[in-house]
Amino acid sequence: MNLDQFKPLTVYTIYIASTPEKVWQALTSAELSRKYFSGFAVEMEQKLGGTFIVRAPDGALHISGEVFEYDPPKKLTVTWNVNWPDLVEKLGTTLVTYEIEPAGEAVRLTMSERHDRPLSDDILSGGRTGWPAILSGLKSLLETGKAPQIKMAPPAEMLAALKAMGIRTP
Amino acid sequence: MSKPRFVYVTYIETTPEKLWDALTSSEFTKQYWFGAEVRSDWKIGSPFALMLDGETTDSGAILESDPPRRLSYSFKHQKFEELRGEPISRVVFTLEPFGSLVRLTVLHDGFVEGGKYLGAVSNGWPAILSGLKSLLETGKVLAIPRVALNKGFDAK
Repeated sequence: MNLDQFKPLTVYTIYIASTPEKVWQALTSAELSRKYFSGFAVEMEQKLGGTFIVRAPDGALHISGEVFEYDPPKKLTVTWNVNWPDLVEKLGTTLVTYEIEPAGEAVRLTMSERHDRPLSDDILSGGRTGWPAILSGLKSLLETGKAPQIKMAPPAEMLAALKAMGIRTP
Repeated sequence: MSKPRFVYVTYIETTPEKLWDALTSSEFTKQYWFGAEVRSDWKIGSPFALMLDGETTDSGAILESDPPRRLSYSFKHQKFEELRGEPISRVVFTLEPFGSLVRLTVLHDGFVEGGKYLGAVSNGWPAILSGLKSLLETGKVLAIPRVALNKGFDAK
């Protein structure tokens, strides 16, 4: 995989009153992710080349990938491939990078979603809708001890765009 | 190709009314907007100013005011020489109830291709809006250094 071909098409930055270690843990733990990520569980092997999985609340594999860059608690890159038939074949691999930096007494978390080809705003609307909800929930969980339930559904424009490309969606 | 613009969405555990107050009260903005105070009577056509340490850093006029749902103002930078030449931009706040939360969308547009202003606001808004969310949810202000606003933008 040639990293240079991957360009960030969606970037989201959020500041959190926490420590880099706690933000890293929240991003990579099934127990915590279930609380802020609509019941989805992040299951990650804590090593370079380890498996990275996101499981839907019913246990189904939603995302499968691997750990591509591993530098706790500063930087993590994973392949973030949604498990819908033909999706990766037609849209290419998705890379997600989290950068975690101290900012005063807070932490600056930047999520970059990178792709190796141009994609339409409609296709990207899934991530652009999802990331703010997921990361707003993560911030609330770390700052208040409880995460709000933010129910997300795939945006209609994304489902229509995927269908038009012949990608079947559940 | 789409015009350069910045969009940020955040979900906040509050009410649209409290969020509206937080966006339009000088006392409130001073706490999370790195000391900056908004000044306006929030009537359509009225002047808008952002003041920092007694100095106007940005100014404009109220374009839309529909409390507690939608607020927009024009926004022209006054402080830094290198940003003063940029065109008048626009900020739009949309507040939508979302279960027990409010979804806040901030759209900032009206930038020129290749300008410096978009980079500056792209760094500023996440820091300001993260502080706003913390303040409304926890009553505490995030201790982020003011330099975070200038990350990636050389304002010296």
